[in-house]
Amino acid sequence: MITLIPKRASKFPIEGKNISPDVFAKKSAKQIAALEMYEGNRKLSIGDLFDIKVDNPSSEDLTIKIEGNVSTVRNIGFRMSVGQVIVDGDVGMHLGEEMSGGSITVSGNAGSWAASQMKDGTIEIKGNAGDYIGAAYRGSTKGMSGGTVIIHGNAGHEVGNHMNDGLIKILGDVGICAGIHMVNGTIFVKGTSQGRAGAQMTNGKIILAGHSEDVMPTFTIEDVKAKVKVDGEKVEGPFYRFTGDLADNGKGKLFVFKPKNPYLSSYDKYLED
Amino acid sequence: MKELIIKNGFVYDPLNRIDGEKMDICIRDGKIVKTVKDSAKVVDASGMVVMPGGVDIHSHIAGGEVDTGRLLRPEDHVKDVEVKTALTRSGVGYSIPSTFTTGYRYSKMGYTTVMNPSMAPLTARHTHEELADTPMIDTATYPLLGDWWFSLEHIRDGLTKENAAHIAWMLKATRGYAIKIVNPGGLEAWGYGRNVHSLDDVVPNFGITPREIVRGLCKVNTMLNLPHSMHLHTNNLGQPGNYVTALETMKCVEDLARDDKPVMHITHIQFCAFKGEDWGSFSSGAEEISKYVNNHNHVTLDVGQVVFSDTTTMTADGPFQFGLYHLTGNKWVNSDVETETSGGIVPFRYKRSSAVHATQWSIGLEIMLMIKDPWKIFMTTDHPNAGPFFLYPQIMTWYLSKDAREKMLTKINKRARKKSLLPTIDRELSIYELAIVTRAGQAKALGLKDKGHLGVGADADVAVYNINPEVASKEFVAARKAFERAAYTIKDGEIVVKDGEVVKQVFGKTYWVDVQTSLPHDINDDIKKKFKDYWTVEYENYPIRDGFLHSPAPVAVKAEV
Repeated sequence: MITLIPKRASKFPIEGKNISPDVFAKKSAKQIAALEMYEGNRKLSIGDLFDIKVDNPSSEDLTIKIEGNVSTVRNIGFRMSVGQVIVDGDVGMHLGEEMSGGSITVSGNAGSWAASQMKDGTIEIKGNAGDYIGAAYRGSTKGMSGGTVIIHGNAGHEVGNHMNDGLIKILGDVGICAGIHMVNGTIFVKGTSQGRAGAQMTNGKIILAGHSEDVMPTFTIEDVKAKVKVDGEKVEGPFYRFTGDLADNGKGKLFVFKPKNPYLSSYDKYLED
Repeated sequence: MKELIIKNGFVYDPLNRIDGEKMDICIRDGKIVKTVKDSAKVVDASGMVVMPGGVDIHSHIAGGEVDTGRLLRPEDHVKDVEVKTALTRSGVGYSIPSTFTTGYRYSKMGYTTVMNPSMAPLTARHTHEELADTPMIDTATYPLLGDWWFSLEHIRDGLTKENAAHIAWMLKATRGYAIKIVNPGGLEAWGYGRNVHSLDDVVPNFGITPREIVRGLCKVNTMLNLPHSMHLHTNNLGQPGNYVTALETMKCVEDLARDDKPVMHITHIQFCAFKGEDWGSFSSGAEEISKYVNNHNHVTLDVGQVVFSDTTTMTADGPFQFGLYHLTGNKWVNSDVETETSGGIVPFRYKRSSAVHATQWSIGLEIMLMIKDPWKIFMTTDHPNAGPFFLYPQIMTWYLSKDAREKMLTKINKRARKKSLLPTIDRELSIYELAIVTRAGQAKALGLKDKGHLGVGADADVAVYNINPEVASKEFVAARKAFERAAYTIKDGEIVVKDGEVVKQVFGKTYWVDVQTSLPHDINDDIKKKFKDYWTVEYENYPIRDGFLHSPAPVAVKAEV
C-alpha cells in the first residue's frame, strides 16, 4: 500500500491526474515523488505536496491511501483501470473521471464531476457529492457508460447527465434534473429530489424513493408498482411508474414513491384497476 | 539586411515550371532574390523537397460562425489541448481550433497563406480581430454578398454598373478580398423559413432568381477586375442529385468568360457532386462534373475532401444546416443575419462504416483525380466542414499514392466500396502536381501575384519537407509524416518552423482589395434610411475605418466602371 499525506493545505487547485494505481504501478517511492503535479500554474511534483509512505514495496498490491483533506486536488483516479484508491477525508472535482476499473472510496465529501464519463469500476462516497455526478463532459453526449457509484450523503444537480449505462445510488437528496438526457442505466435516489428528474431522458430507469418536487408534464403515467428492482435488489413501493420524456420520444422509466408524494394522487383517475 | 539561402533542395515551383530541379533559393529581406552574399544564413535542404509556402483558398478559421462553433463544442476542445511554451501561446483544437493554435498548426505543415471564405459583412470587425490574432500566416476574408439586399435590388433593377460600384464599396467597407456567394437566393428565402431548389426558383420579395444573382455578380466581378473570380457555394448543397445544379451553375456563366480565364470558383465541389434520388440511392456524380470541367476553362474548383473524423460543419447556408440537424439529431445553431445572410452549425462525424460518408470520401478523390488539369482543382477540406485542416497530409498521401487509397478502401463501407470509381483510377499525382493543387494553383486562382511561387520578387514564403520525391508514392506513411511536420517553414524570409516545431512567432498580413471605380458609390438618403430601418448598425458606423486592421495589405485594383 502507498500512503499519501498532504504536507499542507492549498488554496489553489491541484492537478492530481497522476494519483492513480495505473501510474503508481511498479514505481518506487522516489519515482512516485518525482511525478509531475501542478498547483495552480506552478509545476511541482507529488513529493513537493505529499509525504509518501510505501508499506511493502515488493508486493503487487495496487492500493493508494490518501490520509487528509485533498478537496483542492482534482482528477484523482483519472482513467484508472485497476487497484484501489482510499481517501480518508474530502476530495476535489473530477474524482475517477473516465475510470475503467478498480475502486475508489472516499470517507468525506467529493466535489463535482465525480465519476464523469466513467466506464467501469466502483466509486463509493460516504459524505456528500457535488453536481454532475457520472455526467458527460460539457457539450458532450457521452456520460457514464458503466460501473457503480454509491453516495451515502446528498448529491447536487444533474446527476447522471447523458448517462449511458451503469448504476448511481444516492442515499441522501439530489438537486434538480437528475438523469437529464439519460440514455440508459439506473439512478436510485432515497431522499428528496428537487424536481425535473429525467428531463429529456430517452431510456433507462430513475427511482425516486423519497419526495419529489414535481414530475415533468412530459411524462405519462403507466401504473403503480408494488416493488422496483434496483441492481438485483427489490425496493418496496408502492411506486407510480411514468414513461418519458415524451418531448424527446423517450421510453425512460420514472418511478416515484407514492406515500411521500400525495400530490400525485391526481394521476390516480387515469389508472384502471 | 537579412539574407538566407536554401541549398541543394529539389525545388518544385510550378508557376515557374521548375519540376524537382536541384537548386538554391536565395532570400533577402523577405523576398526571393537572384543571389545572396556568402555571409547569408544557410538552410541545408539536401535530399529534401522545397516548395512555395502552402496556400489555402477556403478554410473557416475566423469570424462569427467559427466563434459560435467554438462556444458550441467544449467537448471538441477538451480532447486536444496545446500547452503554452516559451514561444507559443496555449490553445485548443480540435475541429475549431483557437486562433493561435490555428496559426501554429498551419505553419507546422508549411502553410503560409490562408483565406477565410465566409464572413457576414456585419461581423467584419470581429473577423478581422480574430485574423489579427492568428499568427504565422497571411490571411484574407471574403464577405458574403450573394444575398445582400442592396445588391439584390440592383440586380432586380438591372443596374449592373451601380451594383459594381456598390460591391466595390462593400469590399472596402468590410476589408474583403472576394465576392462570396452562398446558396444564392436561398439565404434570403431562409429568412422566411424557405429555401430555393433550383437556379430558376424565385427569391421572395425580390422576384429574381439564383441564376440572375450568379450572373449579375459574375459580371460585377469582371467589371471590378477583382483578383479572384467569384467564390460560389452552390444551391442545393448536400442534397442527393445536386450534381445537376452544380453543372447548371457552371453552364450559366459560360458566355461571361473572357480570354479563357476562370470567372467562377465553385468551392467544396464534393458536396455538390451527389447523384441519386435519395440517401438510399446515393452515388457519385464525379464523372459528370470532371467531364464538364475537363472541357471548359471558365471554372476552378476546390474539393472539400472528406476525412473520416469528428468535426463541426458550419456554413452560411442556414437551410442546409437545418436539414443536417434533422438528419443527425445533433445539437445545432442557426441564424439569420439581418439583411445579409444566414448561418448554421452542426457537429458531425464522418464514419467509414457509413455508405454515404464513405461515398463522399470517394467523390472528393475521384474529382481530384479525374480532372486532368491540376490548375483547375485545389485541395481543401472546407475546414472544418469535411474535416479539420491539420489532416491535409493524409489527403496528400491519397493523391500521391494508389496504395494509400487502396488501404483506406479496404476499411470503408462495403456498399460504398463497390460503387467507388477509385479502383479504376490509377493516376497518382506527382509532387509537382501536388504543389499545384496545394499552393501554386490556389495562389494563381486567387490572383496573389507574390504567393505560390519562388520566382525572383515573390514573397519568401517557403516550405521544406523531408521527402524523397522518388519514393513518396510507395512510402506514403513517411510522406504523410513529413507533410505533417515541415522540416522548415519560412515566412517572409524568416525561419518560423524547424522540424515541425514553431521556432519563431510572427504575424502575417491581411489582404483586401481596394477597388478604384470611376463611377462613384451613390450614397443617397435612401440607403441611409434603409440602414436606419433595417440594420442594427447605422450607415455611418458600418464601414471599417482605416487603422482598424493590424497589418493591412491592400491590393489596388482599377475597375472598368
